[in-house]
Amino acid sequence: MKMTKFFAWFAIAVGVTYFFVPLAGTFEFSLRMRRGEYSLDAYGSVFSDVQFQQTFGFSMLMALLTIVFGMLLVVPTAYWVRLRLPQMRPFVEFVTLMPLVIPAIVIVFGYLRLYNSASYIPFTGSLLGTNILLVMSYITLSLPYMYRSVDTAMRTIDVRTLTEAAEILGAKWPTIMFRCIFPNVMSGVLSGAFITFAIVIGEFTMAALLNRPAFGPYLQLVGANKAYEPSALAIIAFAITWLSMGLIQLVSRFGKLTQSRP
Amino acid sequence: MPFLALANIKKSFGQTQVVHDFNMAIEKGEFISFLGPSGCGKTTILRMIAGFEQPSGGTIHIAGQDQTRLKPNQRNIGMVFQAYALFPNMTVFENVAFGLKVAGMPKAEIEKRVKEMLKLIHLEHLADRYPYQMSGGQQQRVALARALAPKPQVLLLDEPLSALDAKIRVSLREEIRQIQRQLGITTVFVTHDQEEALSISDRIVVMNAGRADQIGTPSDIYNRPTTRFVASFVGTLNIIEATIVDPAAGTVMIGDQTIALRESIADKTGGETISLALRPEAGSLSESAKGDTALTGKVVSANFLGSVVRTRIAVGKNTVSFDMFNSPDLIMPAPDEVVTLRFSAGDLLVIRD
Repeated sequence: MKMTKFFAWFAIAVGVTYFFVPLAGTFEFSLRMRRGEYSLDAYGSVFSDVQFQQTFGFSMLMALLTIVFGMLLVVPTAYWVRLRLPQMRPFVEFVTLMPLVIPAIVIVFGYLRLYNSASYIPFTGSLLGTNILLVMSYITLSLPYMYRSVDTAMRTIDVRTLTEAAEILGAKWPTIMFRCIFPNVMSGVLSGAFITFAIVIGEFTMAALLNRPAFGPYLQLVGANKAYEPSALAIIAFAITWLSMGLIQLVSRFGKLTQSRP
Repeated sequence: MPFLALANIKKSFGQTQVVHDFNMAIEKGEFISFLGPSGCGKTTILRMIAGFEQPSGGTIHIAGQDQTRLKPNQRNIGMVFQAYALFPNMTVFENVAFGLKVAGMPKAEIEKRVKEMLKLIHLEHLADRYPYQMSGGQQQRVALARALAPKPQVLLLDEPLSALDAKIRVSLREEIRQIQRQLGITTVFVTHDQEEALSISDRIVVMNAGRADQIGTPSDIYNRPTTRFVASFVGTLNIIEATIVDPAAGTVMIGDQTIALRESIADKTGGETISLALRPEAGSLSESAKGDTALTGKVVSANFLGSVVRTRIAVGKNTVSFDMFNSPDLIMPAPDEVVTLRFSAGDLLVIRD
């Protein structure tokens, strides 16, 4: 018994060291910009950089649009599959898992080939079109996480009976969807939204190859040209991801609390 | 003209026909229970009345209007589900108000109606609670109020008590019946619990393999089952095999004992084997017991069940069970003891299926 406990703690210690030592090193290095003393100069430099503000703002906007349009695609799909097409579930799950298997660079090259300015749908022919394409590619990338979080939330409610209860009370599809189903899968929607936000903020391949001024390519640019700022940016990116993870925990705990009891 | 009329209703799922030519006329204000085992088609009929399933054939009329092809949200029907189906994101008040809001009722009227409904189910003080903050019984009462709030033409209850514990089940079924009588609403109740159906219904439909085996009052169903299935499904019943001696005189032989039936068997022939049904509570060992008929047999077993003692006796090839009320001075029959069971000939029913 004691031996098992020792190994458990040993494994935890190894894991913590593996993950936190590089992070602590990066953080410590990010504070060394001023010679001989610790300071937040690197962070000041990052935050005052106009390009940081622009790229971060652009990525935030892209993340927001990805979440909104992604959810408008995913929630009705997951709902419909659960209610009317349960036999399609394995197929839909397979499709939503594809972006994890196909590398982002393959997807983006496919996009460029399909939607270039000489094609029938020339998305890359204008800035607006390219931005739309970027949002669509982000939706594709976040699909595995969005679909799973929404589907898991739907598993916790009796979608069919709630739909029938609303229908027999006279409700039509938009009312059923937006007043009876959507609010009850909100924990899943929010979890999916935060994870999508974390993915989009740090995404490099799509933005770089579609030549859009996103935060990912900016991180790479700063990393290649400066010394302390990349460490500060790495810590900032970690903070954003952790904040998203914390919010996911919070909303899923809230979701569990509000489940109906028999 | 009946208020709710189901005419030649059929339903098939793929190659399997689950409801066969079902006909039923329900009067306004009646409380009808569909009783039967799992898979007998009772819930399918209820779902066809609600509009969740389309009949493969036949028509459904409510108040003279053909509802067969209408969507559930066009039928003005209230329904209570087994799993409560309250909207978890809404309070009790919002749940009850949902149907009224959808119907576009003015806010002041909604408030008045919801308060009326909450008063009806005695939950006015819980209006601001969410479903997850309430017990199962309270949730089901809210579901009932929500179904009744828009003043539906028909109320459908799909095994609403199955998920509740025994004590709450009894009190809630009485409450449902009292509210139904108070509002005079036509109600269709689906259950597999015979006690529930017998205690609250005006009429019971006993379903078997997609067909109505018998439709009748609870007393009819219990005391005069017309098929072997109804006899065996509702209550405990002895099925006794007997050979006809004289059809005109109504005499039959059970083992080596001849008895006379009150029910006519003139349509049968001598020597034919028939099945007779006898309720366990109909017989008595007491010599002072009223009864014009007696069967003598050897005691197989006597089991103490609390309020009654159930004794099984062998009569010819049949084993007949009967119940005696428990009392402190009751002497339990001993195994192999020869006893005489007395009962009225009118309690013996001929099963014709």
